[in-house]
Amino acid sequence: MAVGEVMRMEIPASGDLSVTSPELHVLAVDDSIVDRKVIERLLRISACKVTTVESGTRALQYLGLDGDKGASGLNDLKVNLIVTDYSMPGLTGYDLLKKIKESSAFREIPVVIMSSENILPRIEQCLKEGAEDFLLKPVKLADVKRIKELIMRNEAEDCKTISHSNKRKLAEGIDTPSPSSSSSHDYSSVKDFPSSKRMKSESENLSSLL
Amino acid sequence: MDLVQMQKSLQDYTKSLFLEGVLDSQFLQLQQLQDESNPDFVSQVVTLFFQDSDRILNDLSLSLDQQVVDFKKVDPHVHQLKGSSSSIGAQRVKNACVVFRNFCEQQNVEACHRCLQQVKQEYYLVKNRLETLFKLEQQIVASGGMIPAMELGF
Repeated sequence: MAVGEVMRMEIPASGDLSVTSPELHVLAVDDSIVDRKVIERLLRISACKVTTVESGTRALQYLGLDGDKGASGLNDLKVNLIVTDYSMPGLTGYDLLKKIKESSAFREIPVVIMSSENILPRIEQCLKEGAEDFLLKPVKLADVKRIKELIMRNEAEDCKTISHSNKRKLAEGIDTPSPSSSSSHDYSSVKDFPSSKRMKSESENLSSLL
Repeated sequence: MDLVQMQKSLQDYTKSLFLEGVLDSQFLQLQQLQDESNPDFVSQVVTLFFQDSDRILNDLSLSLDQQVVDFKKVDPHVHQLKGSSSSIGAQRVKNACVVFRNFCEQQNVEACHRCLQQVKQEYYLVKNRLETLFKLEQQIVASGGMIPAMELGF
C-alpha cells in the first residue's frame, strides 16, 4: 500500500499545504508523560490529528501489529506518520522502527525518531533502518513544521510519480513497473530519493548544537 | 498594584529567571504553544513535570539508599528527569542531571548522593519560581488583564 494512496493530495498553487490538504494522523510514542503532552500539542498546533501512546508495545497494539496475529488494521484512523522516542524501556524506538519496516502493511509509514542524545552512530543506525528523519529533543515547533512539510512533500511526489508512470504506460502501451508505488519493491530503492534531505536534516540537527 | 504594574512585575520576574539560567528558551517554546484555545497549556505541562519529578526523585532516593546501589536502576531515572526538565526548559535541573549521569557511569555512590541533593535543590528552586510565576499570571487574569507576551530582546 503506497502512502500516496492513503491521502489524496491536492497542492494549491499558493503552496499553502495547511489549508486544503487532509490532516495527517500522527502516532506519537514516548514513555515520558511530559514529552507526550508537549509533542501532542506541537502536532495539534501544526494541524495534525494525534494519537499518543506510552510504549513501543502499545504502538504495535494500536497498529494491530502485536503478537502473532499480524497486521489487522484495528485502528480507526489510518496512521500517516509515526514519531517515536528512541530511549524507552522495553521496546526501544529503534526496535519499533524495525518492526514497522518489517511489516508489509505498515512499512510505507514514515517513522521519525526523537532523542535527547546526539549520538551519530545512533542516528546513522536509525536512518539506515529506514527512519525518515531524526529529531533532537527538546523538540521545537520548527522541527514539527519541517517534518510535516517533508512528509507532505514526499506523499505529493509519490502521487506525481504514480500518475506520470501511468501516463507513460498508456503512451508506450507497455506494462512498465512504476518506480515508487508498490510496497513489494525493495524498500531501499524507494528511499534513495529523500536521502539527501535526511543528510541535510542530520547536519541541521548537529549544527543546532554549535 | 494596578494592572500595568502587575504585568511589568511578571515580565521582570520572568526575565530574571532566564537571566539566572533557571529557565531556557524551551520554556518560551512552550509559551508559544499557549493560546486562547489552550490558555493553560504551560501550567498543565509544568504540573505534569512536578508530579513526574516528585515520583522520580522519590525513586532515586530509595535506589541510592540501598545497601548495594544498582546503577542500572539509578541511571534511567536520572535520564528521565533530564529529559523532562529539558522539555520544559528547566535548565539548571537538566544540567544537574547531566553531572549526575556522569557519576552514575563512574558508579560513584558518594558523588551520586551529592548529585541527588544538587538536583533536588535545583528542582525545588524552579518549582518555587514557576509557582510564583503562575500566581502572578493568575492575579493579572483575575484583574481582567492579559498576560503580556514575553519580549526576547535580552
